[in-house]
Amino acid sequence: MLHDQNTHDRDPETDDHEHPHPHPHTDTAGVLPRTPGRGLRIGIGGPVGSGKTALVAALCRALGSEVSLAVVTNDIYTTEDADFLLRNGVLPEQRVRAVETGCCPHTAIRDDISANLEALEELEESLPGVELLLVESGGDNLTATFSRGLVHRQIYVVDVAGGDKVPRKGGPGVTRADLLVINKTDLADRVGADLSVMDRDARAQRGQLPTIFLSLTEDPGAAPVAAWVRSCLSTMD
Amino acid sequence: MAAETLAALLLLADGRLPAGGHAHSGGLEPTVAAGGVHDIASLEEFLRGRATTSGAVAAAFAAAACAALTAGDTGRFAVLDAELDARTPSPALRATSRKLGRQLQRAMRAIRPHPCWAELGSRPHHPVVLGAAAAVSGLSPSAAALAAVHDAVAGPATAAVRLLGLDPFATHAVLARLGPLLDDVAADATRRAAGSPADLPASAAPLLDLAAERHATWEVRLFAS
Repeated sequence: MLHDQNTHDRDPETDDHEHPHPHPHTDTAGVLPRTPGRGLRIGIGGPVGSGKTALVAALCRALGSEVSLAVVTNDIYTTEDADFLLRNGVLPEQRVRAVETGCCPHTAIRDDISANLEALEELEESLPGVELLLVESGGDNLTATFSRGLVHRQIYVVDVAGGDKVPRKGGPGVTRADLLVINKTDLADRVGADLSVMDRDARAQRGQLPTIFLSLTEDPGAAPVAAWVRSCLSTMD
Repeated sequence: MAAETLAALLLLADGRLPAGGHAHSGGLEPTVAAGGVHDIASLEEFLRGRATTSGAVAAAFAAAACAALTAGDTGRFAVLDAELDARTPSPALRATSRKLGRQLQRAMRAIRPHPCWAELGSRPHHPVVLGAAAAVSGLSPSAAALAAVHDAVAGPATAAVRLLGLDPFATHAVLARLGPLLDDVAADATRRAAGSPADLPASAAPLLDLAAERHATWEVRLFAS
């Protein structure tokens, strides 16, 4: 990722913002830079029912006491995912924002990121010093992916019950996400999914990019994913 | 500012402009739920109503904001803002207009950098930002008005395709039939663009106001407005 200081130098003619910090959304490099003093934004995408909300809840439980974090949800049913987080006592209300996507969840995280940027900026304004912002996509298909102008990193979540051919099918989420999570490994036997096939196909599709096998039933804190997030937080790359 | 080109207008009026419009139905979602729109004929009636009420007001304010910026009179932005607030009785619609305004402002900062984006403040109304965007694009008040009234009907038309599964060809045929009406609305807005903001149209759409207030209370909705 681009993080050279030169990539966020500002033109005083065009730097019209009231806030003292540089604003990544007007960066001309097209990639959101990591800026000292501003939160890390991680997108979490994946098909319907793969466990995105459960993973977000697990990360909130695992990391909530270590860092100041907040969540933007994009579920097509607006407040459903946000309510899940609130109901389970994972996050207080002021740390969760829901964004409506007009029946197009992929548009809101890729082609027109306006509403999500708005929600993130509101959270940054209302929670000074927020360190980690998770953006959960509405459930979509394998072609959905986050804009590099919206998030610094993205996690793509698939599950074994969706079929062990999913990694082989590829798509930008599977091939290019910074982390691929293959969830619900505890169901593999029951749905006849071969984890070794998924592992082999994921490696073939992703090269050096990491893949984590996870069962939130067995590991409610999503320990390896939380560790990956911590490593992202510890670097300005 | 650049000279007016059709390409600049097409860019501004394109539904793919990343300024947040795709998540808004322009009151169509609650109107569908209330049974007010259910087929192509009722959609056409809804869009005609919208073009001649909130669409006409948006067109007039976009044209006026465009004229103000072109004349170097950015002090008028605050007057236009207050006048548009007074014409928007629904708090939900005021909030929506300011949210869409801020999103367009954010997009335009990157698309066409200009000092006016700061002068518009932190929560400008959408038609005012659209007018400024037209001016910065080298477009005339009539182009700004046309973009505004086009936006007022094209958004709900797309929402109807998504919500009701209406035939997209038939829906676009409706938009084509509305063309002369949109031209008339834009022409009227253009004639008033340089006049007093207090004299701009105040055509009301009470059913849209009520629908927006109801919609804002829904627990489950697909569109933001």
